[in-house]
Amino acid sequence: MKSWLKITAVVLLVYVHVGGLLFDVPRLDILNETIRALYFHVPMWFGMVLLFLASLVFAIRYLIKPNPLDDWYAVEFANVGILLGVLGILSGMVWANYTWGSPWHGDPKQNGAAIALLVYLAYFVLRGSLDNEEQRARLSAVYNIFAFFAMVPLIFIIPRLTSSMHPGSGGNPGFNMYDLDSKMRMVFYPAVMGWFLIGLWVVFLRVRIRKVQERLLELEDEAMQPVK
Amino acid sequence: MNTLLHLIQKEFKLELRRKAVISGITLYLFSLVFICYITFSLRQNSISPATWSALFWLVILFSVVNSVAKSFIGERKGIFIYYYTMASPQVIILSKIIYNTILCLLLSLAGYFLFSLFMQQVITDHLLFLVTLVLTSFGFSSSLSLISGIASKTNNSNILMAVLSFPVVIAVLLMAIKITKNAVDGIERAASMDELLNLLAINCILTALAYLLFPYIWRS
Repeated sequence: MKSWLKITAVVLLVYVHVGGLLFDVPRLDILNETIRALYFHVPMWFGMVLLFLASLVFAIRYLIKPNPLDDWYAVEFANVGILLGVLGILSGMVWANYTWGSPWHGDPKQNGAAIALLVYLAYFVLRGSLDNEEQRARLSAVYNIFAFFAMVPLIFIIPRLTSSMHPGSGGNPGFNMYDLDSKMRMVFYPAVMGWFLIGLWVVFLRVRIRKVQERLLELEDEAMQPVK
Repeated sequence: MNTLLHLIQKEFKLELRRKAVISGITLYLFSLVFICYITFSLRQNSISPATWSALFWLVILFSVVNSVAKSFIGERKGIFIYYYTMASPQVIILSKIIYNTILCLLLSLAGYFLFSLFMQQVITDHLLFLVTLVLTSFGFSSSLSLISGIASKTNNSNILMAVLSFPVVIAVLLMAIKITKNAVDGIERAASMDELLNLLAINCILTALAYLLFPYIWRS
C-alpha cells in the first residue's frame, strides 16, 4: 500500500476524532450530544459493507481464476470487516442505550446486522473445518458469494419494509434529517473514508504476514532436505 | 431435459426404497410438533396466532434442514461417480432443487395437518397460505441444496449444515412469517402482495446463485 494512503488514513481519522468531538452539531431533541456517535457508528458500518464487498470481489475472482493470493485477500477483508462490524454494533448499542433506552432494541436493522455477522462467522467455521487448502478456498468462496447475496435483502430491503427506528426506513426521513447543515457531512464522509482506508491497511499488512509465513515454511522445507 | 427428469425419477425411487429415512423424517416432524404441544400445554390454554406461526415455521425449518441435508451429505461415494458420468452439474443441482421442493412441500403440508390437529386451526385464507408454502419450500430447497453440497465436503457436516444455512434462510423465513400472519388474520390479499413478490424475488436470486455456483463445488 502506498504510504500516502496510510498518511491520509491517519490524518483523516485524527481529524474525525478531533472534529467529531469538538465541532458544532445541530441541537435535536433526545439526540442532543449523542448525535456525535453518527461520526463513529455509521462510518464503521459503511466501512464494514465496503470491506465485505471487497471480500466478495476477491471471492468471485478466485472462482474465475484460482489464485491463493485472491483467497487470502478475501479472508482478510472478511476478517477486518467483522472487526469493524463488531465495533459498529458495540458503538450502536452505546448510542441506543442513551437514545432508545436499552442497548438491544430488536430493531430490524440491528437484527439484520447481527445476522450479517453470523454469516461471516459461519464463513470462518466453514474454513476451519476444511483441511485441503484448495478445497477450502473454493468452497468458502462459494459460500461467501451465496451468503452475501442472501444477506443483501436482510440489510437493505427488510428494514425498509418494516418500521425501524433507523433513519431511512418505515417512513422515517433519511440521513438528510441529521446533517441539514452540511457541517456534519464535512466530518461524516472523511470518517467513512478514514475507516475504510484503515481497514485496507490492516488487510494489506495481514496478507503480507501470510506471505512471509508462507515463505518461511518454504525455507524450512528446503532446510529440512537432507544435505548431499 | 431428459436427464433432469431421469434424475428426479431416480431420487423418488431411491427415497421410496429407503423406507427408514421417510419414516424417520415423519417421526421427527411428529416429535417436534408434539414437543411444542406438550411444552405449551395446549389443552388448557391456547396460543396467539403470532406464536402459532412462529412455532409452525420453526418446526418446518428444523425438519426441512434435516431432510434436505441428506441430499448430498448421506450419499455414498459411488453415487457421485455415477452422477459424474451421467449429467452436468447444472442438471444435478436443478434436479435436487426440484426434488427437494416437492419434499419440503409435502413436509410442510404434513406439518400443517399435525398443527391443526394438535393445536388450533387458525388459518383463514387457505389459498394464500398454500401459495406461501409453495414459495417457501422452493426457497428453502434451493438454498439448502447448495449448502448441503458445501457441507458434505467437510468433516463435521451435520453441525456445519445448521450453522451455514440458518443465516441464509432467515430472509425467506421472515417473509413467510409475515405472510402467514396476514393469512391468519384474513386480511385482503392485496396487502400481502408485496411480501409475496419479495419472496419470489429472493427465491429467484437464491436459485440463480445455486445454479451458477454449484459447478464450483462439484469439481473435486
